[in-house]
Amino acid sequence: MITAITLQYIFLGLISLFFVGAIGSLLFRKNDAVTSLWSNSFAILASLAGLLFATLTYLYGHSLSFSLGAIALPIFSLSFHIDKLSAFFIFTISLISLLCSIYAIGYVTHFYKKYDLGVLGFFYHAFILGMLLVVSSSNGLFFLIAWELMSLASYFLVIYDRNDPSNIKAGFLYLVMTHAGTALILIALLLLYKFTGSFDFETIASLSGAIPLSIKNSVFILAVIGFGTKSGIVPFHIWLPSAHPAAPSHVSALMSGVMIKTGIYMMIRVFLYMLWPVPTWWGLTILVLGSISSLLGVLYALTEHDIKRLLAYHSIENIGIILLGLGSALTFTSLGLPSLALLGLTAALFHTLNHATFKSLLFLSAGWVASQTHTKNMEEYGGLIKYMPYTALFFLIASMAISALPPFNGFFSEWLTFQSLFLGITLLSLYTKWIFVLAAGSLAFTGGLALACFVKAFGITFLARPRSEEIAHTKESSFFPRLSMGLLALLCLLFGIFSGSLTWLLQTTGKDFVAFKNTASFVSVSLNQQVLIGHNFSFISLASLFILFMFIILLVIYITRFVINKNQKISMGTTWDCGTDLTGRMEISATGFSRSVIVIFKGILRPSIQHNVEYHDSESRYLAKSRSITLGIKDIYQSYFYQPLHRAINTVSVRIKSIQSGNINAYILYIFMALVVALFFVL
Amino acid sequence: MIITIVIWIIQLLFVPLASPLCIGIIRKIKARFQNRQGASVFQPYFDLWKLLHKDEVISKDASWIFEFAPYIVFTSTLVVGMSIPLVAGFINNNAGDMLVIICTLSIGTFFLALAGIDTGSGFGGFGASREMTMAALAEGGFIFSLLTMAVINNTTNLFMISQHGTVVHSQFFLSTMLAFFGFIIVMLAETARFPFDNPATHLELTMIHEAMILEYSGKKLALMEWASANKLLIFFALGSNLFFPVGIAQTPTFWGLGIGIAALAIKILLFCLAIAILESSVAKFRFFRLPDLLLISFIVNVVAIILIF
Repeated sequence: MITAITLQYIFLGLISLFFVGAIGSLLFRKNDAVTSLWSNSFAILASLAGLLFATLTYLYGHSLSFSLGAIALPIFSLSFHIDKLSAFFIFTISLISLLCSIYAIGYVTHFYKKYDLGVLGFFYHAFILGMLLVVSSSNGLFFLIAWELMSLASYFLVIYDRNDPSNIKAGFLYLVMTHAGTALILIALLLLYKFTGSFDFETIASLSGAIPLSIKNSVFILAVIGFGTKSGIVPFHIWLPSAHPAAPSHVSALMSGVMIKTGIYMMIRVFLYMLWPVPTWWGLTILVLGSISSLLGVLYALTEHDIKRLLAYHSIENIGIILLGLGSALTFTSLGLPSLALLGLTAALFHTLNHATFKSLLFLSAGWVASQTHTKNMEEYGGLIKYMPYTALFFLIASMAISALPPFNGFFSEWLTFQSLFLGITLLSLYTKWIFVLAAGSLAFTGGLALACFVKAFGITFLARPRSEEIAHTKESSFFPRLSMGLLALLCLLFGIFSGSLTWLLQTTGKDFVAFKNTASFVSVSLNQQVLIGHNFSFISLASLFILFMFIILLVIYITRFVINKNQKISMGTTWDCGTDLTGRMEISATGFSRSVIVIFKGILRPSIQHNVEYHDSESRYLAKSRSITLGIKDIYQSYFYQPLHRAINTVSVRIKSIQSGNINAYILYIFMALVVALFFVL
Repeated sequence: MIITIVIWIIQLLFVPLASPLCIGIIRKIKARFQNRQGASVFQPYFDLWKLLHKDEVISKDASWIFEFAPYIVFTSTLVVGMSIPLVAGFINNNAGDMLVIICTLSIGTFFLALAGIDTGSGFGGFGASREMTMAALAEGGFIFSLLTMAVINNTTNLFMISQHGTVVHSQFFLSTMLAFFGFIIVMLAETARFPFDNPATHLELTMIHEAMILEYSGKKLALMEWASANKLLIFFALGSNLFFPVGIAQTPTFWGLGIGIAALAIKILLFCLAIAILESSVAKFRFFRLPDLLLISFIVNVVAIILIF
């Protein structure tokens, strides 16, 4: 029998586990091995408790509200409201943090004697706790505290590897961007407070009818920018490609896999729960933002040859895909098509879960590669599949999942997103249809480019011959990292095969909202995992596709190997080398692989080539001593958005500086003037 | 009942069994255009048989990806071959969704490109890079050309599209033709024909598909060649049954089935003839002009979708 009281106790228990883990890590910091064991096992326990809590809340079926402590201030309370949406995010966060913590037991050993593991453990716990509180709090001010806890803890994790100056710089950029975002969120919450008189999310939701439309629109813009900065929506994403790679890999996996999703959670919470019903242009704006983010994210990923930056850009792309689902949901709900909106929301939630699994798997396996080779530069990899076959297999599975290849999970959620966009194209009128066509087109190209990018990421990293000396010293992952990556890879497959049941579960999540209270479902799921959209609009069953594929491939292998020409001789030879000795330098490189795409998209990517030749004799210029080529990419958002912004702020600051004369009399005049103005307003 | 079994046998075996013949016919017609006698139309079967009985050399730099890629690539074409409408529109198939078809074909492309990189040869690597560039840009046109038909027929299931489509929608005629035009461009790109790629040479300047399979020999080369023939036939079948579903069996009768088979054969022959004429009359394009062609395909399809209302 599940009661609200039991659930409360489990929730408090898991919070206290994080506290114990965090404090204990600091207490035992003298001994690296003990600290690591302490912090990771408490993180594992707490995550298991989180999984239990989320599952029980789903079974419990109602939403859970309670407050902590006796703080009875009118506007601030430690109050929680946990409905199925929160439970879904708690589940995702706990799942990923569980597997990342298992991975960390084997992974953090290379920090021993180098950095303080107690600090790592402390901030790691604070970070996960912050994320859990963000998705469960229901008071605006309490939410902001949790949000800051999450942001600050992750900032300290980003700069954990502090001997690299670029990490410090990345951390600073992250700190600035995330606080700019928080400032906007704060303004949005204050606006809501002004018109509803409460910071409580439920009260705001019940009074949202009283908020004038113009205020709603401003809250929307502020929230999209504020939460979008956290999620990494283009053009507010500049911190993401530098901060995610800087953190230790299991933290990168958490940041990319779940932290950026808290922004998505809050968007759903604010737009569909607190401010519903919404105007149509909100959904369309989100669709446009999603299209831009997904396309630009994958294009910039293709240009990268730092493996973790490449993955970070893919997070931007996937956030774009999630936004396409969310945007279609918002558009449909404002046009009075709640069944379709539920489909779009389900697609967004499913992609959130899927992206969490395959992206954390990618970060964990890439992290193992980077910790073994001591570089994140893909040009220095090559041939790693022979040194770490398991890691390579896991990376391959995650690559297939993120490239939307069936029967892995990434395919299914992209399929659902495509379905909601296709239905929009079929049903909507001309002006909204255009936006849906644009979104579907960008999603189609994104899929193709992501495939190309992961051929590059996997091929250049793991295949062919090694391109540096370090490769020969690399080792396969140890037991715990391999266990956690193996489980994640299994989840990528299982979430795909059992996509039918999961779709059904996620739909019940959406049905918790007032917006979808009595909505007839547009998706029906049958026992063999067949998912049917609408009345025969489309249907698939990834389980049967998987069985069919496996059956045929086994048949093909059996026939070609053991039936036809059994006595075939296979000899080993060298790759065709035109009579020279092949070296690692003669293979295709990451830069070379993506060069043709870069040249094709030169309008957006602005590639630059700089030739430098140094001559033996600068007069005659015949014999070159050395030649070098520098290939570059110009960031359009840097040069057309952030630099002008930077210049404008500088110009204004210089103007303002002139009132700082250093003259006491002048300052007293300012104070007097300020006083007069203040009095004028008050009286 | 018997008819359903016959249809399923056709679904399973038609693509792998008939695809070498298509290649043979195209080569024969091209040879006649060049005033040559040309090899027999059955020559591709003999080639496959010969390759299947040869010994193999595998590069010592290669990994299990190289080893298993031919099976995966071949299987992906078989799975797609049995999930598309061939002679009958009324059977139901869980894999017959347009996106499933496109993404299952992508599995093949993915492993083909990885196998190209795996041996560490510069040819293979650049072949893979070019192939993925083309595949990425063709994806938009491919999805949208099928989407046009899906929006017209209000379903994304290919069997249902071929079933609905027998009624000629005069109001959608223009959209259908535009989508077909876009589809042809994508087809040429995906199956590595002129003006995208030259299927007849191993010259490194023109190579996309042939560069990636350069290191294969024996059975694995046979599977790779066979898979690319399958892919060509899959595109022919998609083109004939989605855009011109004339003659496809709508009811389970032997008479209807016979007409369905005959119609499919005629349509595929017409496709072979068209490809042969095209390959005899145009030159291969420069690599960086190909994106223009693929973007034209995408834009034409967008126009086609907007014209539906």
